Amino acid sequence: MSTNGHDPGAGLAVRCRGMRKHFGSVAAVDGVDLDVRTGEILGLLGPNGAGKTTAIRVLTTLLPPDGGEVLVFGRDATADPFGVRRLIGYVPQQLSADGSLSGRENVGLFARLFDVPRRERAARTDEVLRVVGLADVADRLASTYSGGMVRRLELAQALVSNPRLLVLDEPTIGLDPVGRDSVWERVHELRHELDMTVLVTTHYMEEADEHCDRVAIMHRGRIEAVGEPGALKAAIGPEATLEDVFRRHSGHEFEEGGDLRDVRSTRRTARRLG
Amino acid sequence: MSAPLVARPAGSVDPRTSAPGALRWFASRIVTFCVVELQKLRHDRTELATRAIQPALWLLIFGKTFSELRAVETEGLPYLDYLAPGVLAQSTLFVAVFYGIQVIWERDAGVLAKLLVTPTPPSAVVAGKGFAAGVRALVQVVVVVVLAALLGVHLELAPWRLVAAAVVSIVGAAFFATLSMTIAGLVLSRERVMGIGQAITMPLFFASNALYPTDAMPAWIRWFGTVNPLSYEVDALRGLLVGTDAHLWLDFAVVGGSLVAGVAVAAAVLPRLVR
Repeated sequence: MSTNGHDPGAGLAVRCRGMRKHFGSVAAVDGVDLDVRTGEILGLLGPNGAGKTTAIRVLTTLLPPDGGEVLVFGRDATADPFGVRRLIGYVPQQLSADGSLSGRENVGLFARLFDVPRRERAARTDEVLRVVGLADVADRLASTYSGGMVRRLELAQALVSNPRLLVLDEPTIGLDPVGRDSVWERVHELRHELDMTVLVTTHYMEEADEHCDRVAIMHRGRIEAVGEPGALKAAIGPEATLEDVFRRHSGHEFEEGGDLRDVRSTRRTARRLG
Repeated sequence: MSAPLVARPAGSVDPRTSAPGALRWFASRIVTFCVVELQKLRHDRTELATRAIQPALWLLIFGKTFSELRAVETEGLPYLDYLAPGVLAQSTLFVAVFYGIQVIWERDAGVLAKLLVTPTPPSAVVAGKGFAAGVRALVQVVVVVVLAALLGVHLELAPWRLVAAAVVSIVGAAFFATLSMTIAGLVLSRERVMGIGQAITMPLFFASNALYPTDAMPAWIRWFGTVNPLSYEVDALRGLLVGTDAHLWLDFAVVGGSLVAGVAVAAAVLPRLVR
């Protein structure tokens, strides 16, 4: 389980080669090669149903891959899932904080589950709540938080274990513009202040364009293009947008695809938070 | 940024490398889920009151009526004395048998995925949630013992008996919670967990010795009554709280063994919920 200098993925936060995941006859992830460089914000882009969430679930060890290699900071996700989990902070697509607990208790739960030593727990919890700007409301029930505040609380939950890689699945879905801005603002701060690598999935092209160092465009379980947003656009034409890039590489309109499950889970989240 | 956040996890810190370390670590996960349950109870105390209503009604309405009827052969005990431990066991069953619904809710809310991406194996999640149900069962122990005492039940109140009764109740509730989580992992929907939960509650309760001795049942129901873990929980509680002849070691072994099996099975099906 030890990391040595000869590991092929040693300099990278994430190294995927030929990653595959099937559900029955459907290849949700169909041979993905992807590198995430240490310290960058990489956006995994694609329409609903492109396989982004499945790719994330394999990367975070939630699902075993059917084939290929997945390394996180040189650790193999299949052989050493616990080692990988200790390096990852994960925020799922749904607003997943527990409304029947206070903000502080929500964070405290994950401090315990990541074996943060007891004498450091309170200080670490306070610290991450301060970092995401929730120190003043830490003792209120999370059910009283706005959508943007819940997202920031989830960032605090993901940060309390002091991960090296932050994995965010559609972090701004269902948020109003103010909430979206506040989430991205925190992500940038975290990257700079905590030296964090960020892997984020989104289907909002403009957000990826504005906030990601590099983007990987995913379509039908495959990575179609990877690069800096500016370079990808420039290769197409002077006025090109990331949507044009997507269209060029996939041969499809961006809106195509769509997955009823995404819609359902978003609705459920909306209903649950009243 | 301040110091605590700069320190990174140092390599593969895995407390499971030695057997005592693994046990302590597994126990720490269980404690974590129990702490969360206590925090939730502190925020919503109405739950405590509403959970007390059902056992109170069973003791008052069913218990008082059947005391008058004298229809049940109760090993020479007043019927209310005979019934009180049964009602306690029943209320630990009811606390736990719909726990699977919470797990489905957590699946829908992304919470389960988040828990399973921490260094916590499914068995620890399942055991933790089982004992969290046990925390609620502990509340039921207090409620039923106090109610029974108020209604004039002759209780044995030696501290070791109360502690042992609390342990049996917690382990019993934890088992029924793992049963419910197993159902959740198999049927994957809230409505079906609800339906199956209701369908199994009735035979678990009525085909046990909670309300009447299993001797009074037709043979095939008596057979179910003797493999029903609730019967052993009731037997232990009755022996501990009202001093009947109980097979305490057998009862503890059956209830504890059921929990171990329940954790193993529920842990095997839990990951189905995040696929």
